[in-house]
Amino acid sequence: CRRSRGTGGPPAAAQLALTSCNLFDSSADRVTVHFINRDGERLTAMAKEGESLLEVVVNQNLGIDGFGACEGTLACSTCHLIFEEDVFQKLDAITDEELDMLDLAYGLTDTSRLGCQVCVKKVMDGLTVQVPMEVADMRRGLEVGKQSK
Amino acid sequence: ADAGRSRFAARPRVSRAGGVAVEAERLVSSVWVLLARSRSMGSRCGRVCWKWGSPLRRLTGFSRLLSTAVLAPQICVVGSGPAGFYTAQHLLKHHRLARVDIYEKLPVPFGLVRFGVAPDHPEVKNVINTFTQTAHSDRCSYYGNITIGKDVTVKELQRAYHAVVLSYGAEDNRILGIPGENLSGVYSARAFVGWYNGLPENRDLKPDLSSETAVVLGQGNVALDVARVLLSPLDILGKTDITEGSLAAIACSKIKRVWLVGRRGPLQVAFTIKELREMINLPGTRPLLDPADFTGLGDVVKDVPRPRKRLTELMVKSALEKPGEKEASRWAAATKEWGLKFQRSPLEVLPAADGKQARGIRMAVTRLEGSGESARAVPTGEVEELECGLILSSIGYRSLPLDSLIPFDPKLGIIPNSLGRVQGTPGLYCSGWVKRGPTGVIITTMNDSFDTAQSVLEDLQSGVLDLSNTKEGFKSVRSILHSRGVHPVTFSDWETIDAAEVARGKLAGKPREKIVDPQEMLQLISH
Repeated sequence: CRRSRGTGGPPAAAQLALTSCNLFDSSADRVTVHFINRDGERLTAMAKEGESLLEVVVNQNLGIDGFGACEGTLACSTCHLIFEEDVFQKLDAITDEELDMLDLAYGLTDTSRLGCQVCVKKVMDGLTVQVPMEVADMRRGLEVGKQSK
Repeated sequence: ADAGRSRFAARPRVSRAGGVAVEAERLVSSVWVLLARSRSMGSRCGRVCWKWGSPLRRLTGFSRLLSTAVLAPQICVVGSGPAGFYTAQHLLKHHRLARVDIYEKLPVPFGLVRFGVAPDHPEVKNVINTFTQTAHSDRCSYYGNITIGKDVTVKELQRAYHAVVLSYGAEDNRILGIPGENLSGVYSARAFVGWYNGLPENRDLKPDLSSETAVVLGQGNVALDVARVLLSPLDILGKTDITEGSLAAIACSKIKRVWLVGRRGPLQVAFTIKELREMINLPGTRPLLDPADFTGLGDVVKDVPRPRKRLTELMVKSALEKPGEKEASRWAAATKEWGLKFQRSPLEVLPAADGKQARGIRMAVTRLEGSGESARAVPTGEVEELECGLILSSIGYRSLPLDSLIPFDPKLGIIPNSLGRVQGTPGLYCSGWVKRGPTGVIITTMNDSFDTAQSVLEDLQSGVLDLSNTKEGFKSVRSILHSRGVHPVTFSDWETIDAAEVARGKLAGKPREKIVDPQEMLQLISH
C-alpha cells in the first residue's frame, strides 16, 4: 500500500478514502488500532487491512492536529508515529525515500516510522502507536508560568 | 510524553468579577471544547463524555441565549501563508465559537506555498487543500488585497478584534554587505525564486542568464532549488507551474554550471538529504564534488545523529565512490554540471570592463574553528576568484517591521514574543517566520502556529482576552476599507482566479499558468 508521489489534487479524505475503499468489500476484517495523542488521550480506530495508518487517521477523522500535511506523498514528516519495539521489527522494510523524510521529524526515535508508509495487517490487531510530542509542546511544558528571554 | 495530562488542564483558572453571562461563557467554552474533543475521540471515550455532558448542554443552551454576542471571540490573522492558515485552523478546531478572519496583502492566498515552494515540488503544495477546507469553514473568512499598516492599521484591527495574530512572514532577504553587490547580474535567491514562481513584485526581474557559470552563495534548500531550476531539462520544467515568462528566459539561458558556495564545510551544509538526492539524480547533469573535501568524513560522522550522518554519507559516496554503470554513462553524457565549494566567504563582486556587470566573485578562503553546527569560519588570509556572470545570494530571508507601534527586534528580525504572545502588547500574537526567524519547512511552521494558537486559546479561557468587550470584527474593518477605497478579495474571488489559472495551464500542459499581474487578477474578478 506504499503511497508514492502525487500532485496536488482533490482533498485528502476524498482521495485516500476512494483508494482504500476500492480494495475491499464491506465484510473485510477490521483491525483495532490505538493512537496515543500528544496530550495522552487514546484514540481508537477500526482500520481496514491494507489501509495505511495515515488513511486510518484521515478516514476516521481522528483528532490529531496537522497529521498528513502532504497527503501521503513523502514530502513532509507530519504523519510521524512511534511504534513499540516488537511491532517495529515486524514492519515492512523502510525505503531511502521514507528515511529521508523521517530524518526531518521532531522527536525521532529508533522505532519511528511515517504513518503513510505503514499498512495495517491482521497481525497488528490491538496495535498501539504514539503520536510524538512536538518541539513546541515540550518547550511549553517547561515554560508554564515563566517568561522566555 | 505527558500521558493522561491534557494541555488544557494546565491552564490557570483566573476568576473575574462579572455577570452570570460571563461566568457561563467560560463554562460554555470549556464544555464546548470538551464536547468537541470528545466528538473527535473513539467511541469508548466519547460515550463517557457525552453521558455527563447532557445536563451541561441544557445549561449551555440557556447561557447562549443570554449572551450570544459575548461568546464568540473575534480573531484576526495577518498573513495567509502556512503560519496564518495553520494558526486559524487550530483556533477554529479547538474553539467552537471563534470567528477567524485572515488578511492578506496580495489578492491571492497561501504565501510561500504558492510563491516559495519550487515548481517541481507539487506534493509540498498539497497543504493548499487543507487550507482551502479551513477557508471554507463558516467561521472563517479570507480577505485579500489588504495591506495591514497601510489600508488599515494594527491599532484599528485591535479595536475590531479580541486577538490579532501577526503571521506575515519574511518578505525581504539578508544582504551580503560587500562591494559590487548592486552590480547587474547579482540577485537575491529570494527575488529569483519570486520571479520563477510568479510573485508580482519580482515579475520584471529579468535575470541575466547569458553567462556560462552561476554562483549561488549559500548551501541551504533554497540554494539547491535555484540551482535545480537553472539546470533542469526544459521538458521537465515545462510541465510544472513555473511561469511562462521565466520558462522562456530559462530556455534561452547559457548557464551550464552552477556552484553552491558555503563559508563552512560539508558538515555544516544546511540543505537536506531529499533535495540533495534529487540534485545528484538531476537528468542531464553531473555533480562536481572535490574528493579532497570529503576524504575521511565518513568516519567523522559515524556517531553523529542519523540525519546529519546520512546526509554526509550521501555526499561522501557521490564524491569518492566510483559511480555505477548507469550513473557513469549519464554523467558522461551530461551537458550541465553543478558543484559544492566549501570554506569560501564572499568578499567582493568583481565588475566587468563596463563597470556595470558582474564578471566574477572574490572570496576569502576560510578555516573552521570548532566543529559541528557551531563551527565558525575564520579567514586564513588566502583569497580566491571565481569567474561568473550570475550571482544569487541565498543567505536567508528577513522579516520587516509592519508598524512602528509593534515591537520588533531588527537584529534577530523577529517580533519579540513569549510562546507567541507579543511582548508588552496584550491581545497581539505572532506565528511563523516573523515569530521564530526564517528557517524551517512547513511542519516547523505548522507546529509553531499551533503553539501560538494554543496561547490565544489559553488567554481566551483565562480571561486575559476579555470577551465581555464586544468586538465587531470585519464589520468595522469593512467600513474603514470602504472609506479608503480598498476592495477586499474574497476566497470565492480567489477561486475564480484559481480556475482561470488552471484553465490557462491546461492549454499549456501545466497544472496552472499563474497570473503575475495583480491588476489582471483584480480585473478578472471585476474589482
